[in-house]
Amino acid sequence: MKRYSVFAIAREAARYHLGWERAWASPEPRASYDAIIVGAGGHGLATAYYLGKNHGITNVAVIEKGWLGGGNTGRNTTIIRSNYLQDSSAAIYEKSRSLYETLSQELNYNVMFSPRGVMMLAQTHHEVRGYQRTAHANALQGVATEFITPQRVKELCPILNIDGPRYPVLGALWQPRGGTGRHDAVAWGYARACSAMGMHIIQNCEVKGVRSENGQVTGVETTKGFIGCKKLGLVVAGHSGQLAEMAGFRLPIEAVALQALVSEPIKPCMDVVVMANTVHGYMSQSDKGEMVIGGGTDGFNNYTQRGSFHHIEETLRALVETFPIISRLKMLRQWGGIVDMTGDRSPIISKTPLGNCFINCGWGTGGFKAIPGSGWAMAELMAKGEPGPLAAEFNMWRFKEGQFIDESVAAGVAH
Amino acid sequence: MLILECPYCGVKAEETELSPGYEAHLKRFGPGSTPEEFEAYMFARKNPKGVHFERWRHTYGCGKWFLAARCTATLEVFGTYPAQVSEPPADIIAKIQARRPDWRPDWKDTK
Repeated sequence: MKRYSVFAIAREAARYHLGWERAWASPEPRASYDAIIVGAGGHGLATAYYLGKNHGITNVAVIEKGWLGGGNTGRNTTIIRSNYLQDSSAAIYEKSRSLYETLSQELNYNVMFSPRGVMMLAQTHHEVRGYQRTAHANALQGVATEFITPQRVKELCPILNIDGPRYPVLGALWQPRGGTGRHDAVAWGYARACSAMGMHIIQNCEVKGVRSENGQVTGVETTKGFIGCKKLGLVVAGHSGQLAEMAGFRLPIEAVALQALVSEPIKPCMDVVVMANTVHGYMSQSDKGEMVIGGGTDGFNNYTQRGSFHHIEETLRALVETFPIISRLKMLRQWGGIVDMTGDRSPIISKTPLGNCFINCGWGTGGFKAIPGSGWAMAELMAKGEPGPLAAEFNMWRFKEGQFIDESVAAGVAH
Repeated sequence: MLILECPYCGVKAEETELSPGYEAHLKRFGPGSTPEEFEAYMFARKNPKGVHFERWRHTYGCGKWFLAARCTATLEVFGTYPAQVSEPPADIIAKIQARRPDWRPDWKDTK
């Protein structure tokens, strides 16, 4: 892999940019690998990267049914934060956020991490109490957040209407080192680094079945034939249930559609991320000037990557109330992704009933922020066969035991 | 936009008139059952990509719960039926098989 640098740009400028090489190779699959990861999205590629970097396992294939980063990695609103209530959530999301801080340098690929600050508005007294509690919990967890006054909210984001008729802003949970990143670049950067370690990224190759012998996984049936493996990682987000069925177990997961949209580009008008969970909408401004907007999920099982229009209407209604400035803004694009929602709205990073088969799923509506930490924890689980401290409590048996990591109650909404 | 016909009041209700209730025909387990049975009832879901049976409530209409047969891969609706049954009625099965000849009822094995 040739390093990207200012000298590389100068060199290529002098020779008509003919020397750039492909960021990652597109090899044909070998007969078998030490480890196969299904799903070349952010989480899958990060898992492969940390398998190589932290554990020295590089005989790895990442198999993808579509194109790299074409699922939820390319469909989210790119928010990065770690202001969670529960200790196990705060640990993995803060690990992730801290890895984002230096990810561009580590991958030699600009992931455009922008720690512009994330603000979660408190618009009911219940939310005020909830976020104050979260701020105290975060202080104990070593996550830098604070509860701020409405005046400070207005200073940080002047376009916010803090005394709206329905839900005036009563304060906010503020995480100054949260922010946004370039979602595609995260997948591309990990893919380039994986390819440089000799790993195979195999796109347009759909997994059709999981083969096992004596309760141990032996490989996967794909549209490019059988590929053997010693260890298998299922990291596919929306289709986790389908893959689990192939591997012979059932998950506490429902797949639903989540939509996002962007407006026409306008001049810079907000330099923080704002989430308004009571009215249910969140917004930030991209580097291109588009307002990037998200809201709630649909309420029924869906695999079509299309959502219901009335949810867009609800989200925009909420945001027009919160930001009157956007009332005449035209929306440019809208899209949907399939998110896998668990019973307690926390992810699963776990061993499975099938030997040497591991699963990483259930990130619901907030997986992008977790990509580096999730990959780190999943790689540790796959390499050692046992979860490390980050993943231990996210096992799939917590539902049987009743040991939920209940962020749905903490957040009040999907998060 | 999803439109379901309420089997009780006959209204063709669009989604905003309804509340979703997710997977139908779950077998309930109560006190005395094993943790595995209770987990299966509370959390483990079929979440199929294809034919799915689910609960809906006609919240802003007659207020009653009913069941719907729907395809999660295409959003096609096969039909709706009253909730007082433990498995889908024959006419709903026929409607599904008319559209999905390869589909076979599979709820027996989940009980």
